[in-house]
Amino acid sequence: MKYCLVAVLSLFLLMFAPSLNAQENHEAAAHENAGEKKKDFDAAEVIFGHILDNHEYHLTEYHDAAGNLHPVSLPLPVIVYSPQRGWNIFMSSRFEHGHATYEGYKMEDNKIIPIKEDGSEAEDVKVIDLSITRNVAQMLFALAILVWLMTSIASSYKAGVGVKSAPKGKQNLLEPVITFVRDEVAKPNLGHKYEKYLPYLLTTFFFILINNIFGLIPGTANVTGNIAFTVVLGLISFVVILFSTNKHFWGHIFNPPGVPGFVKPILVLVEFLGVFIKPFALIIRLFANMVAGHIIIICLISLIFIFGQMSSVAGWATSPVAIGFTVFIYMIEVLVAFLQAFIFTNLTAVFIGAAFEGEHTHSEAAHH
Amino acid sequence: MIMSSNFILLEAVANAGGAIGAGLAAIGAGLGIGQIGKGAVESIARQPEAMNDIRANMILAAALVEGAALFGIIVGFLAMVL
Repeated sequence: MKYCLVAVLSLFLLMFAPSLNAQENHEAAAHENAGEKKKDFDAAEVIFGHILDNHEYHLTEYHDAAGNLHPVSLPLPVIVYSPQRGWNIFMSSRFEHGHATYEGYKMEDNKIIPIKEDGSEAEDVKVIDLSITRNVAQMLFALAILVWLMTSIASSYKAGVGVKSAPKGKQNLLEPVITFVRDEVAKPNLGHKYEKYLPYLLTTFFFILINNIFGLIPGTANVTGNIAFTVVLGLISFVVILFSTNKHFWGHIFNPPGVPGFVKPILVLVEFLGVFIKPFALIIRLFANMVAGHIIIICLISLIFIFGQMSSVAGWATSPVAIGFTVFIYMIEVLVAFLQAFIFTNLTAVFIGAAFEGEHTHSEAAHH
Repeated sequence: MIMSSNFILLEAVANAGGAIGAGLAAIGAGLGIGQIGKGAVESIARQPEAMNDIRANMILAAALVEGAALFGIIVGFLAMVL
């Protein structure tokens, strides 16, 4: 068995031998054919192309007979406003993937840059990019699905289905989840005031969940792994938390009870910063979890192409291993999608509950 | 962009620092979540009826610890990019 393993391993390592010799010639040939569009596989470009926002849905690309690269993508509307030039609305296909300029604008690295007639950049023109990028399009689509789902279920409850009889259809899908959020997240943390906050908690949970799940489909945009998206969610949670604070909360921040005098300045500073750091942690937690998951999956698949560049036998040999790992990580990412939505909602509920926590903590301290 | 050897060395050191930092953060996450798992499994062994409550608290604590580790990974990534 051991010798079998050694034999397999040495056979595998032998496959790399021809590629080690051919490397220099390969690079020389690549420099000669610099005019051709075929490039080496750039893992960083692939990863960032998937993670970052884009003015089109890039689906695939193919090489034609001459070796030219043809990208296949779904263009999205570009909406630009400039105080000097006014509104410009057109499809991003006008830019022809960076090869063409249109109406005084060109696209470079997914940024829209204003240009003058001769093609140089116009320094004095300010541009506000309000395009429907793929993140925006996907968010709007998720929003439409969510609103349709929730309003149709609500109207069937209003019509009496599922109230005195068993729930039917989509109600079966969502009723356990909604009661879970109400009974495990809202009620334990918010006590008798839970009904005020339940709409917000449910909205947060389902919006993050549906965007997480859409981001997992290959070819779609990475909405929740975008720092702008999570910052807005965290800010809204921060505002909700701030609006639920009462004077006991601020009293505890600036005058913590039962603390020796020399520790107080440090503790006041730490507690005050904590008010801001807790929503900041919510932001970073969601963003980092989702973007890390996407990067891992893309890296594992890119491994196949990186090895395939060295020698096509190595590429084929890496495929089953890489795909096996990818499927495993993909399952974990589905779990993480649900988990991160739950954690964001749960921690928001915990912070809101801690914000309006009241008198009983004073009496507890007195009893000690 | 000045392609002096000093610049390349700086960028290599920044990348190495970022990657090592991210690796250390992953070690921290592994240690932390391992201890959470150990506590949870031992508690379930002591009182199997409380399994659902313990599992919910374990998931919550693991997500908090992982959030802290991901802070470190994001900082490591920023060290590479900035």
